Amino acid sequence: MWRFVLRRAALVVPTFIGVTLLAFALIHLIPGDPVENISGERGMEPARRTRLLHEFGLDRPLPVQYGSYVAHVLRGDLGHSLTTHVGVAQEFGTLFPATVELAFFAMLFALVVGVPAGVIAAVRRNTAADYAVMGVSLAGYSMPIFWWALLLILFFSVQLGWTPVSGRIAVEYDVPAVTGFMLIDTLMAGDLAAFRSALSHLILPTIALGTIPLAVIARMTRSAMLEVLREDYVRAARAKGLSRMRVIVVHALRNALIPVVTVVGLQVGLLLSGAILTETIFSWPGVGNWLIHGVQARDYPVVQGGILLIAGIVIAVNLIVDVLYGVINPRIRHG
Amino acid sequence: MGRPPKAGSDSTYSGARCASVALPQNKWSLTRLSHSRFAQFSRAFAQNRGALAGLTVVVLLVVLAIGADVIAPHSPIEQYRDFELVPPFWVDGGRLRFPLGTDAVGRDILSRLIHGTRLSLLIGVISVALSLSLGATLGLVAGYCRGVVDTVILRLMDVMLALPSLLLAIAVVAILGPGLINAMYAIAIVMLPHYVRLARAAVIVEANREYVTSSRIAGAGVLRLMFATILPNCAAPLIVQATLGFSNAILDAAALGFLGLGAQPPTPEWGAMLASALEFIQRAPWVVTFPGLAILVTVLAFNLVGDGLRDALDPKLRRG
Repeated sequence: MWRFVLRRAALVVPTFIGVTLLAFALIHLIPGDPVENISGERGMEPARRTRLLHEFGLDRPLPVQYGSYVAHVLRGDLGHSLTTHVGVAQEFGTLFPATVELAFFAMLFALVVGVPAGVIAAVRRNTAADYAVMGVSLAGYSMPIFWWALLLILFFSVQLGWTPVSGRIAVEYDVPAVTGFMLIDTLMAGDLAAFRSALSHLILPTIALGTIPLAVIARMTRSAMLEVLREDYVRAARAKGLSRMRVIVVHALRNALIPVVTVVGLQVGLLLSGAILTETIFSWPGVGNWLIHGVQARDYPVVQGGILLIAGIVIAVNLIVDVLYGVINPRIRHG
Repeated sequence: MGRPPKAGSDSTYSGARCASVALPQNKWSLTRLSHSRFAQFSRAFAQNRGALAGLTVVVLLVVLAIGADVIAPHSPIEQYRDFELVPPFWVDGGRLRFPLGTDAVGRDILSRLIHGTRLSLLIGVISVALSLSLGATLGLVAGYCRGVVDTVILRLMDVMLALPSLLLAIAVVAILGPGLINAMYAIAIVMLPHYVRLARAAVIVEANREYVTSSRIAGAGVLRLMFATILPNCAAPLIVQATLGFSNAILDAAALGFLGLGAQPPTPEWGAMLASALEFIQRAPWVVTFPGLAILVTVLAFNLVGDGLRDALDPKLRRG
C-alpha cells in the first residue's frame, strides 16, 4: 500500500520541476526584461542598467537564476505584485478561499443535479426522459460558459431582479474575514442578513461554473449505471424481492459511483479553467479574476506565481484522487 | 491514465516474435478499409441522427464561411452611425435592413456573425492542423523510439496536462502577446498532449504487427516506416480527436477573445464581440445573445459529428 503511494508521489516530482521551468521560462520569454520595464520610454544609461541587472541577479547564467528561483519558490517566496506591492503568495492566500467556495458549490450543484439525472436517464433508457437528459447535457457540454453566465445575469438579475449581478456580498455588510469563506464568516459573525446576501451572490456563479461538470457527471453516471444494471447481483437483489427503488439506489448506484468519483476529482483542472471566466464575469474576488487582471496589467510576478500555484494545486488534487482511487480499488494499486 | 503495457520490443528487429503471434486485423485501419467496411462505417454514421444533424450544420457553416463576402448583407466593420443599437427586425423598432440588429457603433450584427464564422472555422482548422501534425509526429517518435526520448516527451506532456487548459493558453498568450494568431498558437499548444498520447499509444500497438515487420525486412527506412507504414493505421483515433478538438479550439478561442487576449477589435470574432457588448447587456440584450448562440451552435455541431465519428469508427469507445 505505502509503496503504491510513494511510487505515485514520486511521479509528481518531475511534473513539478516541469511546471517551475514553465513559470521560470514565462518571465524570460516575455520580450523586454524587468529593468527595461522600469526605465520606461526614455531609456537608461548603460552603467545604471548593468548595475540594476546585477542587483536583480539577471546577469547570472540561466541555470543559476533558475536554481535561485526554485529555492525561493520552495521557501514560499513568489515575489511581489508590481501593482499592489503585496507578496504574490500572500495575495493568493487571501483570494483563494473565494475560489474554493465557488468551486465547491459548483461541484456540489453538479453532483446533486447530475447524479440523479444520470440515474433517471439510465433507468428509463431510450425514453423521453433519457433523451432530454442526454440532450441537455450535450448542450451543457458545448456551452461557452462566459455566455451562459451572461444569459443567467440577463434573465435572473436584469429581468427578474432576483439575484445580484456581481461580487460576493452586498457592500453594506462588513464581515470580519476569519476563514475567508464568506458563508462561514457571516455565520460566525452571527449576521443572518449578511449570510443571505452572500448566499444570493453565490447562486448564479455556482450555476454557471457547475454546468459543464454537471453535463459530464450526468453522462458518466448514466453510462456507469447502464453497465451496473446489467450485473447479476442487481438481478439477484431484485429476485430476492427488494423494491426497485432500493435496488437502484443501494445496490446499483453505490457501485456506479466509483468511476463518477474519479471524474469529479479530475474535473478540478476544468473547474479552475471555468473559474477564471466565471470570476471575471461576476467580479468574484478569487484567484481567476486576479490572474486575468495580472495578465492585462502585465503584472508578471502575479502571472508567474499564480500559474505556479494553480498548477501545484491541480497536481496535488490529482495525486490525492489517484491515491484514494488506489485505496478504494486494489486492482489499480497492484496493476 | 496508466500507460499501455510495453509492447514486446523496441525499435530493433523482432521478426521471430511477431511472426509467431497471429494478430487480429487492425480495426483502426482507414487506408486498408475495404469497400464493405467503409459502407459499414457510413451506415453507422448515417443511423446516428445527432451526427447527421451536426454534419448538416457544419456544412452550412463552411458554406457561410467561404461565401461570407457574398452572403453577408453589409461589411462587418462598416459603422452606420445613424443606426446604433437597432434591435432585431421582429422587435419594435427593428428593421429588415439589419435582420439581427446593430451593435453600439452601428455595425450589422448578422454580417459580423457571418464573417465571424470564417474566423472561427479558420481558428479551428489552423490550430487543429498545427497541433495534430506536431502531436502526431512527437507521438510517433515517442512510441517508435521508446526509451529516454519517450520518457522525456511523456513527462513534458504530463506537465502540460497538469495545467488547466485555459490557464496554459493564458500563459502562452502572456508570453506571445494578445492577438488572434497568438491565440491559435496557444490553443494548438494546449491541445498537443492529447494527440501525442493518442498517437503514441496507437504506434506502440502497431509497431510490432506483421505488416510493419515485413516492410522493415523489405528495407524500409525509419522515416518511411514511421510516416508511411505506421501513421496511416493510427489515423482513426486522431481523426476523432481532431473533430472534437475543433470544438474545443473554437470554444477556447472565443474565451480568449472574451478575456481580451485573443482577437482584437474590430475583428468580428464571436468572443471579442461578446466582450465589447458587455456594457449594453441591459439596454440591448441582442448584442450579447447572438454571438453566444453562434458559438454554442457551432461547438454543438462539431461535438455531435465527433461523437458520431467515434461511435461509427469504434463502438468500443462509445461514451455511453
